[in-house]
Amino acid sequence: MSKSNFSRRGVLKTGAIAGAGLALPTYLRADGHSGFTNAPQGDTVKIGFNVPQTGPYAEEGLDELRAQELAVEHLNGMGDGGMLNTFSEKNLDGTGILGKKVEFVTGDTQTKSDVARASAQSMIQKDGCIMINGGSSSGVAVAVQGLCQEAGVIFMAGLTHSNDTTGKDRKANGFRHFFNGYMSGAALGPVLENEYGNERRAYHLTADYNWGWTQQESIQAATEAIGWQTAETVLTPVGAGDFSSYIAPVLNSGADTLILNHYGGDMVNSLTQAVQFGLRDKQVNGKDFTIIVPLYSELMAAGAGSNIQGVFGSMNWNWQLQDEGTKAFVKSFGEKYGFPPSNAAHTCYVQTLLYADAVTRAGTFNPCGVVEALEDFDFDGMGNGPTTYRGADHQCFKDVLVMKGKENPTNQYDTLEIVEVTPRAQVEYAADHPMFGGAEASLGDCNPGA
Amino acid sequence: MDVILVQILNGLDKGAAYALIALGLTLIFGTLGVVNFAHGALFMIGAFCAVTMQRFLNLSQTVIDETQTDFLGNPLKVEVPYVQSWFGEAAGAAIQDWSVPLSILLVIPVMLFVGWAMERGLIKHFYKRPHADQILVTFGLAIVIGEIIKAFYGANPIQTPMPSAFIGTIDLGTWLGMDPGAVAYPMWRMVYFFFAAAVIAAVFAFLQFTTFGMVVRAGMADRETVGMLGIDIDKRFTLMFGLAACVAGLAGMMYAPILSPHYNIGMDFLVLSFVVVVVGGMGSLPGAVLAGFVLGILQSFASMNEVKAILPGIDQIIIYLVAIIILLTRPRGLMGRKGVMEE
Repeated sequence: MSKSNFSRRGVLKTGAIAGAGLALPTYLRADGHSGFTNAPQGDTVKIGFNVPQTGPYAEEGLDELRAQELAVEHLNGMGDGGMLNTFSEKNLDGTGILGKKVEFVTGDTQTKSDVARASAQSMIQKDGCIMINGGSSSGVAVAVQGLCQEAGVIFMAGLTHSNDTTGKDRKANGFRHFFNGYMSGAALGPVLENEYGNERRAYHLTADYNWGWTQQESIQAATEAIGWQTAETVLTPVGAGDFSSYIAPVLNSGADTLILNHYGGDMVNSLTQAVQFGLRDKQVNGKDFTIIVPLYSELMAAGAGSNIQGVFGSMNWNWQLQDEGTKAFVKSFGEKYGFPPSNAAHTCYVQTLLYADAVTRAGTFNPCGVVEALEDFDFDGMGNGPTTYRGADHQCFKDVLVMKGKENPTNQYDTLEIVEVTPRAQVEYAADHPMFGGAEASLGDCNPGA
Repeated sequence: MDVILVQILNGLDKGAAYALIALGLTLIFGTLGVVNFAHGALFMIGAFCAVTMQRFLNLSQTVIDETQTDFLGNPLKVEVPYVQSWFGEAAGAAIQDWSVPLSILLVIPVMLFVGWAMERGLIKHFYKRPHADQILVTFGLAIVIGEIIKAFYGANPIQTPMPSAFIGTIDLGTWLGMDPGAVAYPMWRMVYFFFAAAVIAAVFAFLQFTTFGMVVRAGMADRETVGMLGIDIDKRFTLMFGLAACVAGLAGMMYAPILSPHYNIGMDFLVLSFVVVVVGGMGSLPGAVLAGFVLGILQSFASMNEVKAILPGIDQIIIYLVAIIILLTRPRGLMGRKGVMEE
């Protein structure tokens, strides 16, 4: 018969040591004691800029990166402060965020969803980032948004125009400052009616992926609402390069309007080739043939050169706006880099400041506190006039710009002109709109991670 | 009928680019036995020669115009091109306007040099290595060249306009007795087609009617015997690599106004051109040309809405479908030599 050596004191002592031993690694992990992922330690906080630095949208990604670096400078009290001077909220004083100096790491999405997710994951797990900002492409935005939701960090999407990002794929931890396909349609419709009347036949060439489909759906609905007919909708492969075999059938289709639901290099190529095929010199149904590019960017406009002259489109923001916020940002960016910022740059700059402000107002880096601070948040002074981040879907609502390719540009940046600043009320929609996932679409619960 | 005609023209035009690249590819395979996955990069370098010439002719001096302001409100810096200062405004503008055709002066020496450097510096070390090694090293080289171009020119497509005399369309419909405007085709695409035909004819004439070409053809048929006759066939094959690079460069240069050059443009054409070579027959020059045009036309027809309504997605796979059928039924390709790829 064996004799037990256990004593009450011995068990308690052993238990206390074992418990402390097991708890120590958890305590040393940042998220362990704060209740959320990557709680900042010491006197710094790290955020991640996940943008395409290589691949087809690299120029846009690099412009986003420039703007984000500028935002960090301004948050840390360097430079002239940019939009901090015009932002309606005055919580940010140039001492970082909640007194912590802002640091950043960058990742290269290559405009590929899997690469972007891997890059974001590395920034969260290895670099300890508490927020991911930026990107170009809706596919990438949806993929990274899903990852950030699972990881328990905030995601501020960059250039993503698909309805799905804050529609059926909306997530509680994700926010979008950029506008979307529906808003483009709502802004463009009345301008197109004024310019071209309501008896047009439109032929759509659409990039065959998520963004292209939702933009075509939105623009088709908007043009049909003003009485236009849809002659044909044709899906084209992404990166097709030569679109001649898709453009040739337009010539004899009876359509008098070509709507190019293309972006980036595809838009530059399809527009250039449509002009080469003489579409803009044609007369159909007694009307001058016209081309419309619903989503514009400054970089695309520069790429398309003179082909873009007189072509209507829409933008989220443009450096030519004359409000104080825009002027402050253009001055800061222009003096630092020597050229005006793109609307992708503006989006990423503003989102960085808005995140910092939300943390300050919430008094915590906990993502659920930040979500609460950003939901239904009204502000001004960041370009585009009075703006709201709607709580129901985390979509930003503000004025939208209708643009036209400049007929007589005076310099290399003078490619587009603002035709109309469409008031925000005209582009608003219900959060359960059928184009945005309907009543089934849900943000889910905020995830603080940890 | 008019739609079919336009699609045939599109196919011929697209096929002309495929044929030019495939011609160079098969020339290299036929002479050196190398599968050159960097050939698309040569097409890209040609396109960027056009961009470089355009930029060179647009080099400007800066003049401050106090009467205008820039985006920051400072006095506007106006760029005055040197060619306009030297040759007068009208003549200078005309020279700038013709920058793409003029870039032939740059393309030929640059491509000959690049071809020579590529062959002597890298590819000759892989002659006796397996094809898989050749593919790996040339593919890696293509990526390196693409990244170098991106570092200098950026990632965005660069608009490279054609001469203004060729802007617009030719109304082929009226020539064929159809309604005016029924078959209107871009002038520059017609120019491209005839340019490609001229280059292809020149390459064939060079190989057919010159002593140099005769030796090369003999070397392609039986390299060892030609070598035993005391002819330095390796040297000639190196020159053929330069010639193939030149053909790809010219194809890229003239294509620049159709497809704005970007650093990845070569990759877009490379895979399709390889399929063209396989379908035409590895090492067969006429096969490469024939397959280029046939596949170009098939691809154009497959993109028609009527065809896609019956076979959705056919435009994406038609070329590969044809390649599979050819490889299954006639592995040596349309005009390949008997025995090649049939073992």
